[in-house]
Amino acid sequence: MNFDDTPEEAAFRQEVRTWIQANAPHHLKEALSNAGFGSGPTGIDTMAEAKAWQKKKAEAGWACLHWPKEYGGRGATPIERVIWGQEEGVYSTLGGSFIIGHGMCGPTVMAFASEEQKRRYLPPLAAGEEVWCQLFSEPAGGSDLAGLRTKAEPAKDGSGDWIINGQKIWTSGAHYSDFGILITRTDPTVPKHKGLTMFFLDMRSPGVEIRPIKQVNGQSGFNEVYFTDVRIPDSQRLGAVGGGWQVSLTTLMNERLSIGAGMSTGFPELLDLCCRIETANGLAVDDPAVRSKLATWAVRQSGLKYTGFRAISALSRGEIPGPENSIGKLVAGATMQDIAALALDLQAESGVINDPEISAANARFQAMLLRSPATRVEGGTDEILRNIIAERVLGLPADIRVDKDVPFNQIPTSGARA
Amino acid sequence: MNFEFSDEQKQLRNEARRFLEAKCPPAAVRQVLEGSEPFDRALWKGLGEMGFLGVVIPEEHGGLGLGYLELCVVAEELGRVIAPVPFGSSVFLATEFILAAGSEAQKAKWLPKLAAGEAIGTFAFAEGAGAVTPRTIKLQASGGALTGVKIPVADGDVADFAIVAARTAPGNDERGVSLFIVELNGPGVTREVVETIDPTRSHARISFAGAAAEPLGAAGEGWSIINGVFDRAAVLTAFEQVGGADRALEMARDYALERVAFGRPIGSFQAVKHMLADMYVSATLARSNCYYGAWALSTGSSELGEAAATARVSATQAFQHCSKNNIQTHGGMGFTWAFDCHLYYRRSNLLALNLGSLSVWEDRLIERLRAKNVA
Repeated sequence: MNFDDTPEEAAFRQEVRTWIQANAPHHLKEALSNAGFGSGPTGIDTMAEAKAWQKKKAEAGWACLHWPKEYGGRGATPIERVIWGQEEGVYSTLGGSFIIGHGMCGPTVMAFASEEQKRRYLPPLAAGEEVWCQLFSEPAGGSDLAGLRTKAEPAKDGSGDWIINGQKIWTSGAHYSDFGILITRTDPTVPKHKGLTMFFLDMRSPGVEIRPIKQVNGQSGFNEVYFTDVRIPDSQRLGAVGGGWQVSLTTLMNERLSIGAGMSTGFPELLDLCCRIETANGLAVDDPAVRSKLATWAVRQSGLKYTGFRAISALSRGEIPGPENSIGKLVAGATMQDIAALALDLQAESGVINDPEISAANARFQAMLLRSPATRVEGGTDEILRNIIAERVLGLPADIRVDKDVPFNQIPTSGARA
Repeated sequence: MNFEFSDEQKQLRNEARRFLEAKCPPAAVRQVLEGSEPFDRALWKGLGEMGFLGVVIPEEHGGLGLGYLELCVVAEELGRVIAPVPFGSSVFLATEFILAAGSEAQKAKWLPKLAAGEAIGTFAFAEGAGAVTPRTIKLQASGGALTGVKIPVADGDVADFAIVAARTAPGNDERGVSLFIVELNGPGVTREVVETIDPTRSHARISFAGAAAEPLGAAGEGWSIINGVFDRAAVLTAFEQVGGADRALEMARDYALERVAFGRPIGSFQAVKHMLADMYVSATLARSNCYYGAWALSTGSSELGEAAATARVSATQAFQHCSKNNIQTHGGMGFTWAFDCHLYYRRSNLLALNLGSLSVWEDRLIERLRAKNVA
């Protein structure tokens, strides 16, 4: 048992380190290090810097390095991808706007698009020249994704094109995206999972309207996207008509394959605060009630870190990591929310102040407080994640689904009366 | 990165599991729970024959001469079957004290017997309710004889000898604490069995009235030796706890699949599924933290203090969490004497207290993290 690289891994790490040392945007390091927990780096044009860094990486063969070379990648192994991530460190946070495109849209295009399309779309996606988003969730289909209602119908002009009408919601980055993958309903007369079809489209197509959603924390990372008679050529269909659910599973599976450093919980920041802030009983870190909570969160943070190391070890041996990695977001989201609450409690009356210039720890915990509710919902709610663990890891029976075999257009909805 | 047990270690795990499934089924644990024997003597003998009592003891002293990773593997398997034997006392504590501080003569005398299971050792530390600190060590040592009372002493009724923490200098501070080896069958030692929350692991009150004692390690070094041994024992005990947590989770899962209510397996209800998912989460975090502990222990890392406390806190939480919700999953049947759930519930709570309770280890963890944060 050790944390050492194999000789091949060590050589690869050295190559990565040398290149990053010579090429990374070092002038951004401080701003990037101070960002996090929902507050972006201040004083820089993040998208421009992100695109510049991604382009530089792509030119040297360091973008999407697990993708095949012909699609803009490097053909690297999973463990090489992990090593790259470790070495890229804080600069990897620049690429936040590319995560969905690289992690979910790219693999879906790679699995289902034509060869010609793959060569056209994947390299600029890898290089950050074109940004992609994922148009899945809807007002009536969040956790119950297959309940979505955005319609795709064959155009009446006989062109073979599809006409899209409906609404998506919670689309990260729709406002800066060039393309999106879009799941639609093409047949409402069959059970809900069977009538879906996937497409990709140009986000500047006529009839696409993007409205940012103002969030709890005042920012707008997500959008509503409205489709009014938007035309998509049949050549941009991904997978079979009616096969959209299977395609979406490919997309979502790739989301869960992203493995690495373990998710942040805010624990090191809280410990640091507790070593500096006073309670009625002296330093917070000396207060037994605080200590007990700190210990619980410390072992969660550590447990996530070493669970990640176990997954990396499996990759290093050429194996597929076990299901233990599915706990990451479930643990990190709730822990971060609890940590934020204690950090504000320790600040007492001043905890209300949400101003980086005045607040303790640059208002980091106030940002955490206001961002953490989203972590527990996005990309699978805590409840959906527990279902996944129970069903796929522990082998418990799936929920009884009353709508499973019912034609979609006969399923009761929130708006309808019984 | 190779943060995983090796193929040889996994083979050892399989060997230990096969042995324990055959020799230590729930009926064997129940035999100790309900019978008059304080522990399973046949199992103890078998563990000695398999070499499991001397995994890290050097070959020249009759052990297997393997490393701590191998001992971690065995500890986890013993925890899975909640083996009713004095393993923790004799192997994690007495053996470790002698390895850490024993003279050559003491090693030569005790290690072969410990490895073979011919002698059972234990550690006599607490002297009553409350966290043990240098101030609570009142038992007096003078002129090679001990006077005072230790309670509770795990396996104190069956042990052949005990490592005893005693006061050798007046005052309250740790420099006045020293360690001694006392043969418990000698004069001046009185032992009474005390009833505990887990009768499958016996405990005793030991009264010393001028009992003959031989120093272990230098005078005044007792407290620091204890800290070092406790870190090692914490990692090993954490593996035992994780083994128990995993088994309790499996029992709950199996029952949730089998038990039908309202026309469906109870494992199809989200309330039950989510409880089981949370058990899986705590057991998984604890396992990963145990691996961290095992790495630190086996490599002699300077991070051992932090890693041991991390593993101990995490594994204590996980075993308690899984054992109590195993009962909850079983409903009323989980509260019957006939079902095995209570055996795990009892053991989880016993192991949470042996070696210092959760709050003690939480304290140790935060002290160590804080030192690192300041550095």
